[in-house]
Amino acid sequence: MSKSIAIKKLKKSKKTLQQQRTAYLFIFPYFLMFSIFIIIPVIIAIGLSLTYFDTVRQPFWVGFENYINILTNDEVFMQKVLPNTIKYAIIVGPGGYILSFLLAWMLAQLTPKLRTLYALIIYSPSLTSGITMAVLWKVIFAGDNSGYLNTILMKLGLIVEPIIYLQSQEFLLLIMIIVTLWSSMGVGFLAILAGILNVDTEMYEAGYIDGIKNKFQEVIYITIPSIKPQMLFGAVMAIVGTFASAGIGVALSGSNPTPQYAGQLIVNHIEYYGFNKFEMGYAAALSVLLLIGIYLLSRIAFKVFSSKDQ
Amino acid sequence: MRKHKFLGTKISPTKFNRSQLKYILIITPVAMFMLLPLIYIFNYAFKPLEEMFYYPPRFFVENFTLQNFVRLFSVTGTSGIPMSRYLFNSVIVTVLVLVTSVIISTLAGYALSKLNFKGKKLMNEINTLALMFVGIAVMIPRYLIIEKLGLIDNFFIHVLPYLAIPVGLFLVKQFVDQIPNELLDASRIDGATEFQIYTKIILPLIKPAIATTVILSFQSVWNSADTSITYINNDSLKTFAFYMNTLTTNTNGVAGQGMAAAASLIMFLPNLLIFIVMQSKVMDTMAHSGIK
Repeated sequence: MSKSIAIKKLKKSKKTLQQQRTAYLFIFPYFLMFSIFIIIPVIIAIGLSLTYFDTVRQPFWVGFENYINILTNDEVFMQKVLPNTIKYAIIVGPGGYILSFLLAWMLAQLTPKLRTLYALIIYSPSLTSGITMAVLWKVIFAGDNSGYLNTILMKLGLIVEPIIYLQSQEFLLLIMIIVTLWSSMGVGFLAILAGILNVDTEMYEAGYIDGIKNKFQEVIYITIPSIKPQMLFGAVMAIVGTFASAGIGVALSGSNPTPQYAGQLIVNHIEYYGFNKFEMGYAAALSVLLLIGIYLLSRIAFKVFSSKDQ
Repeated sequence: MRKHKFLGTKISPTKFNRSQLKYILIITPVAMFMLLPLIYIFNYAFKPLEEMFYYPPRFFVENFTLQNFVRLFSVTGTSGIPMSRYLFNSVIVTVLVLVTSVIISTLAGYALSKLNFKGKKLMNEINTLALMFVGIAVMIPRYLIIEKLGLIDNFFIHVLPYLAIPVGLFLVKQFVDQIPNELLDASRIDGATEFQIYTKIILPLIKPAIATTVILSFQSVWNSADTSITYINNDSLKTFAFYMNTLTTNTNGVAGQGMAAAASLIMFLPNLLIFIVMQSKVMDTMAHSGIK
């Protein structure tokens, strides 16, 4: 009797061992690519950020000098890149996120056919890549008479001379924000929409019995709490999308650095230091700061929308 | 009375109701703004050269022509490489990425969701963390690694960086989570191997998640000129997105705009078609996308 139990146990542990081996086999290809293109680059970035490396000579150790230089000596970073990045990130990140929630929520109030059509239209710009579409925005915002915006504004008599938007210190960042918002209703937007559509309708009925009086209360007390996981996914996608699309300023203005650093964001600063000035250590330190920044912002999103501690 | 009001404004109503009008009024201008650039691309791609010189510029095309496409296909780059070569490269790269990334992310997604092994929890946490990863932040270390591996000017460098997409794996894993364990255990008792379970049960059941990974991978690889710009020096190995990129940055003349618009259209249409075909599956996957 006890022998057969022991054999069963042995068989079972053999089975779990086998399953474990299969599991590692299944994960291996993904994990290999994940390591080469994500984990190792992050580790190298951290290592390089503590060195001086000009790609010709061997990197040598400088400790935290790169970080200190970024924070104390880099006037362009402190006066242009950081303020630009913060302004851009706040409007495109939380701004775009709130917009995608509002749009998704309004779409959920419509009948299925109409909703699918509108959702497709709103989602479709995110199917394009920022750089590809730069050509189109260049024509709309062209600095001479052939630009659509200039033509319209001049016709309306609002301006006399055409404005060179894409080389302008006043307008470049604003245009970058508009273009990015245009293409930011992507995966996160779809997740929120799907989440709202899947909220149990009985929740709403119960809510109204419990004294919810209007749509606003409905959103605050029922919709958002019910779709917290999708809200969190959407928030992470919004944060990541904001920084991943940051090459748009260079694509629009056609130069890095952008004219008078008007549209210079941290990603462009990294590229400029890495590939134009060949200061790889310095560029790596900027990368690490960017990754830490994204991580901290995501932590905030996790705090707000976590459903773990409930 | 009260009840009627509630039904009229409920989520995903089946019938049209006057109360929906206010949302339509708000959404329509937004949708117009979203649509405008795409309409522009369509119109410009089919515009004859003369119409582009009109002043003031006209938005809509008057005489449809395929001129721009003909010129796009006949023009060769500065290096003498025909456009069709770039398009061919892009198609090969995209197909390779789609097939391979679906296989590796579904295998990993199944293991991370349903199989027991040491380090499973940690791996899932790492992948959730990796959702926050932004590729361009580490473009320099990536370049150094690829150079060390001797993959500069290797055709497969277009493919490899797009195989591990944390969002794709995350969505697949969340979707596999919905499959009841009893179903898998029953087949295990019947003697099925894990690989058979993967091919016979998991893959057919997670088709929506596969469709979503396909769309996400397609978007990132088809649209990307980065690998061509950064890792490839040999012009005959570059992709259509790269060609498109040179077309848009180098042509400032009005004449080039038509060709650029035609090229944009070729870039954009496959994205749109794939999404339209698969949109219901994508929405199905997105319902399980939440991070808990």
